[in-house]
Amino acid sequence: MFVTQISVFLENSPGRLAEFTKLLKDSNIDLVSLSIGDTTDFGIIRAVMSDTEKAMKVITEAGYTARLNDVLAAEVPDCPGGLDSVVQTLSASGISIEYLYSFVRSEGKNAVIIFRVQELEKGAAVLEKSGVHILTNEEVRSL
Amino acid sequence: MAIWNEKAENMDRDELRALQLEKLKKTVRTAYDHVALYRHKMDEAGVTPEDIGSLDDISKIPFTTKQDLREHYPFGLAAVPMRDIVRIHASSGTTGKPITACYTKKDLEMWAECIARVATAGGATADDIAQISFGYTLFTGAFGLHYGLEKIGCAIIPISSGNTERQLNIMKDFGTTVLIATPSYAMYMAEVAEKMGVMKDIHMKCGIFGAEASTEELRQELQRRWGCVVTENYGLTELLGPGVAGECMCRKGMHINEDYFYAEIIDPITGKVLPDGETGELVLTSLEREGQPSLRYRTRDITHIITEPCECGRTSHRIAKITGRSDDMLIIRGVNVFPSQIESVLLTMEGIGPNYEIVVTRHNYTDYLEVKVELIDAAMLDRFSDLENLQKKIVTALRTVVGIDIKVSLVSPSTLKRFEGKAKRVTDLR
Repeated sequence: MFVTQISVFLENSPGRLAEFTKLLKDSNIDLVSLSIGDTTDFGIIRAVMSDTEKAMKVITEAGYTARLNDVLAAEVPDCPGGLDSVVQTLSASGISIEYLYSFVRSEGKNAVIIFRVQELEKGAAVLEKSGVHILTNEEVRSL
Repeated sequence: MAIWNEKAENMDRDELRALQLEKLKKTVRTAYDHVALYRHKMDEAGVTPEDIGSLDDISKIPFTTKQDLREHYPFGLAAVPMRDIVRIHASSGTTGKPITACYTKKDLEMWAECIARVATAGGATADDIAQISFGYTLFTGAFGLHYGLEKIGCAIIPISSGNTERQLNIMKDFGTTVLIATPSYAMYMAEVAEKMGVMKDIHMKCGIFGAEASTEELRQELQRRWGCVVTENYGLTELLGPGVAGECMCRKGMHINEDYFYAEIIDPITGKVLPDGETGELVLTSLEREGQPSLRYRTRDITHIITEPCECGRTSHRIAKITGRSDDMLIIRGVNVFPSQIESVLLTMEGIGPNYEIVVTRHNYTDYLEVKVELIDAAMLDRFSDLENLQKKIVTALRTVVGIDIKVSLVSPSTLKRFEGKAKRVTDLR
């Protein structure tokens, strides 16, 4: 029902991101989806990866602070208003969104939005009830 | 709680003072007769060895400084001919020319005695296996501890510093019960041991750490990680090396080997002797060194003397934890900042690791301090605000203790330097 995401801490200094992406490349880890949020001092990379277990092992062994958590991956129509309808649904049910990021992997009509909400179970239930398809780990990784 | 030399360590105070006076007179005489530097200084001040009639008369003797030792490098302070010197050590010399220390056979015996007392107070016994993770080099640490522990009867592993994984495998395989290291290296070893998963196979009884100043918070952290008692000891190449003073199991100050060293606390600015209990600069006079006697050496170390009787039974006075070496003091926008103050704050913070780096910069004639700490708590990655709050919390705590605003930067674990010997945590880019 939920998708596993990896969050990684990176300080904002020259070359740190390049070091990180090289680590993924050298370990043959594929990024399914990625977002980077940052302040002037540091950033948090949030990503869904092809092989979560292996990625987590490689990343923590390389000395990064990293964490796994669950997020919702919702399929929305790739057209104006597609994201709005999902956000409206969550908002109407009083579920607050901590952050979200999107990715388009296929040439199909649908986009996938990754949501981190406070009440995961409730969020998923509300969206499914409104007809939104919530993707599983397997589905996301096979996109 | 075992005491190595009850006669010396539990000596009646009056008896001790009489012994100190007798030895002081002899030391001043020897220094005056055989070391040109001391003779010149005393002549200039109009003092002769005969002027020392009581312990308080020591204040008539001029101070000796690190600069004096540098100017007389290498053997200008030796009081005996080279044929009587059997060992030469030197300080690391990171802040200028090295400082040398010359020892006679009797000096080495006395050194071993001093260490035997300090190590016994710290918990070492003949049953122990002691791993010496100080570098066996010119540095006084390793050899000093070595002969003192041997005198006690410990089985010594002279492994020296470096190659941390090997150190830990030896600890595990040989069953090390006593570790000798700098506190910062002991912390790094603990980190590596946890990572290797060998901590459960290591059964330490005590950590006897020294050669650099550390905080009470660091001791607590080391005790928690190693699961053993950690004591601290004090010494300096200029006087002897380690062995000047050391903590007992009560861990409430370091007992001075007062039959070998006379300690005073002075106001570092006026040079006036301060009463016991007041904080100032530690000044030491050796009372039995033959090879290289020291008269009123200004250590630059800031501390105070504790005279209350200790629960362990020793009658010796103690020096409190060194709060800073006046050489280490940073002056930031007119405020005196000791790195130890910063360390004591950082070690109480949750979510960050025990390693840190202090960077001093100057922009437009204004000084800035930045502290880099390692983020270790991954739970904080869920929300940006958690990380920002952590940063703010550290800034506020530092401001309360240090009195100025310090920039706090979070960095990834294992990116800050680790140290095998004395830690160098301050980078001054001014």
